[in-house]
Amino acid sequence: MSEHIVSPKLYLGIILTLMVLTAVTVGAAYVELGPWNIVVALVIATFKATLVVLYFMHVRYSPGRTQLIVVAGVFWLGLLLFMTLADYATRSWY
Amino acid sequence: MSATESRPAEQLPEKHYLNADYGIRSWLLTTDHKRIALLYLVSVTFFFLLGGVFAGLIRLHLLTPKGALLSPEVYNRMFTMHGVAMIFFFLIPSIPAVFGNFFIPLMIGAKDLAFPKINLLSWYLYMIGGALALYSFMSGGLDTGWTFYTPLSSVYSNSAVAPAVLGVFINGFSSILTGLNFLVTVHTMRAPGMTWFRLPMFVWAHYATSIIMILGTPVVATTLALAGMERLFHLGFFNPQLGGDPVLFQHLFWFYSHPAVYIMILPAMGVISEIIPTFSRKPLFGYKVMAGASLAIAIVGFLVWAHHMFVAGQSAYAALAFSFLTMLVAVPSAVKTFNWTATMYRGSISFQTPMVYAFGFLGLFLVGGLTGLFLGTLGTDIHIHDTYFVVAHFHYIMVGGAVMGYMGALHYWWPKMSGRMYSETLARFAAVVLFVGFNLTFFPQFLMGYAGMPRRYHSYPPEFQIYNVLSTAGATILAIGYILPILYLLWSLKFGPVAGRNPWPSTGLEWQTASPPPTENFEVTPVVTWEAYDFENRPDLGLDKPVIPAGPASGHD
Amino acid sequence: MHRTGELYGHFETLDQQRESASLGMWIFLITEVMFFGGIFLAYTVNRHANPVAFALGSNTLDLRLGAINTGVLLASSFTMAMAVWAGHTGKQKLITLFLILTLVLGGIFLGIKTVEYAGKFEHHLVPGSSFHIPAEDVSAAAAKADPDFSAHAQLFFSLYFGMTGLHALHMVVGAGLLIWLIRQSMQGRYTAKYNTPVEMVGLYWHFVDIVWIYLFPLLYLIDRRHK
Repeated sequence: MSEHIVSPKLYLGIILTLMVLTAVTVGAAYVELGPWNIVVALVIATFKATLVVLYFMHVRYSPGRTQLIVVAGVFWLGLLLFMTLADYATRSWY
Repeated sequence: MSATESRPAEQLPEKHYLNADYGIRSWLLTTDHKRIALLYLVSVTFFFLLGGVFAGLIRLHLLTPKGALLSPEVYNRMFTMHGVAMIFFFLIPSIPAVFGNFFIPLMIGAKDLAFPKINLLSWYLYMIGGALALYSFMSGGLDTGWTFYTPLSSVYSNSAVAPAVLGVFINGFSSILTGLNFLVTVHTMRAPGMTWFRLPMFVWAHYATSIIMILGTPVVATTLALAGMERLFHLGFFNPQLGGDPVLFQHLFWFYSHPAVYIMILPAMGVISEIIPTFSRKPLFGYKVMAGASLAIAIVGFLVWAHHMFVAGQSAYAALAFSFLTMLVAVPSAVKTFNWTATMYRGSISFQTPMVYAFGFLGLFLVGGLTGLFLGTLGTDIHIHDTYFVVAHFHYIMVGGAVMGYMGALHYWWPKMSGRMYSETLARFAAVVLFVGFNLTFFPQFLMGYAGMPRRYHSYPPEFQIYNVLSTAGATILAIGYILPILYLLWSLKFGPVAGRNPWPSTGLEWQTASPPPTENFEVTPVVTWEAYDFENRPDLGLDKPVIPAGPASGHD
Repeated sequence: MHRTGELYGHFETLDQQRESASLGMWIFLITEVMFFGGIFLAYTVNRHANPVAFALGSNTLDLRLGAINTGVLLASSFTMAMAVWAGHTGKQKLITLFLILTLVLGGIFLGIKTVEYAGKFEHHLVPGSSFHIPAEDVSAAAAKADPDFSAHAQLFFSLYFGMTGLHALHMVVGAGLLIWLIRQSMQGRYTAKYNTPVEMVGLYWHFVDIVWIYLFPLLYLIDRRHK
């Protein structure tokens, strides 16, 4: 938790970026990218989420402990997804 | 020598947390962590006894190969309710909700946990969850196994699945909030001078346990919600007929339920780490390594869940990876066992009841842990999966390990919680009875499992009868071992000698305050200047100078 | 009953109290990440197994409403961040204003969601015996690729209702928290020195926004390129 006060101008910049990225996501959905459509959509979503976490939730200015907690949480979700999907993905390997 | 022998007769403190306020509202609306701990003590004991009744019926039924007591359908409900009651409503809360709640603030020099009202909410969530499970039991129970595998639980079972699932779901939030409370408390509520590496190992153990609680429990909550939705609205997530996948349920379920077993054992390990130094009059060997091992168990414990699914149809490559990781998770547990042994080496050992339980823990946890390796090995698991070998393995850990830890904690901290001592002779006798009864109950199960007797079967081929009879005989003795403490502990409340502030004596901060403690825990916020388990530099304990000097608190023998 | 801003009895300092609140809220949000994570895993596995049916289901969702809702929720995160800013700078009237704006935007989101849900019921797109995807929405290729597409599409809708329903439930709780904050704020309880509750609810609100940031592409944008 920090006392660093983020300026409204920065917030404005972030929200406009988020809106633009939303439009890009929708637009990209109409472009034929095969299996990459979902990747593009998730990458953009992750970028948006990162902006919200860093600036709206002040994690950029928070003590290391908060940042560690955020990283750990995301990492744990990754463990759940990755290790389970690894089972499904490797079933056809033999 | 008993530390109470040459002490002048003590008085109970005039005002303490038990008589600070009277009436049912002062208990049901309390935010005092010590009172909440006692509320939990009563409720978990109820579920323990209930689970024990189901176990008794199972063991009685299995005396004969054809199973004369229960029909197959009812038998399925018995082992399911035994598992649900014991795991979710006894083992998982037990040590954290009773002793963690009571002692973490005392051990760190705080007035209470970080969020006392949320602590009370945790107990109410537990009670609501428990009531729902009880409602399920009284409506005839459920027959899915405590593992709720789909599609039996979500589609085909004709038993009271929904209330039980809802009860376990709600109970999960009790666990999550307790873990959250402990984590914040340890971070922000430590008294001046109580640095991270001066914390008792019990606190480290609960910190690690809390990490598991907050990261794992939400996943089983979602899983049960999905299974419940599937059952109620005929959805298809886990139903192959509708395009769903039962193995997905298993992945989601075990992602929590494997770490859950570490929720059950880590606190018990924390208790052992308190008892052994006290009754060896020696610092815990390898403090930092022990703390690290607790965290390692918590973290690596999240990486092994599919070892419950080796025969479920997962890919061989995934199975290989999970088997390898399972071998890894055994290492920190082994390290702990070595360190406890090293703590006792050249110590001044006394065999009071808590220490008898600690010894029991060491031997039984060792057997349980080693047999886990048999199960974690892919080849052997094909042979012993779903047999009594598994049942014996987890009972050695859960009962021989976790429940021994719980009983040890009860007997170690009873004087502090109640201000009274119990009969040492009776208590030691009960501990031995427990140990003997336990081994007679569960060792034959290794043998019959290895010989091929499947688990969750209501009848069996006649060649297994001898093992089953031995097992049931052991269970009777085990029951005595559990009933005796209830009797003499209750008796001690009125008639036991006054214990005094620090009867053992022990180095922990909780022993610096009165027995029973005042509501605010300490008259003055303590300032900590000593290391953990530092018997040598604590003249206030009234101990003779040790003949062989103990190592420094970090334990480099 | 403790007045907000004052020290609760078991804390030693206001700093300790604030630190505890913040740490507590962050840990709670991590539990929420894992909670939603389970259902995201269920979605991933089921979509992987039934790609055709999931695309069919996704294409029946109203993309415009979904996109508008995304914009609305993002805007509400902006107003929530501004409420926290107002708290930090002690601008009491602005705190109340931005909290009210956040609540209004949240209400619009939930209103649009209600419209969407009503549409699903109307068009028989709710899992169950009356489920039916109109024939004109199912291409011949799709019907051939997945003959069981109706059952599998119901999986999509189960997850759609499950995930957006869980999200909406969190929004409703958030709305309740905002109403509480607005009442406190109108009584002048929040100052530059003490505004922890605003900040904590803000963290919660942003998290709920992040969940939607992922839900939108995963539910609404499957294989849109073919339409």
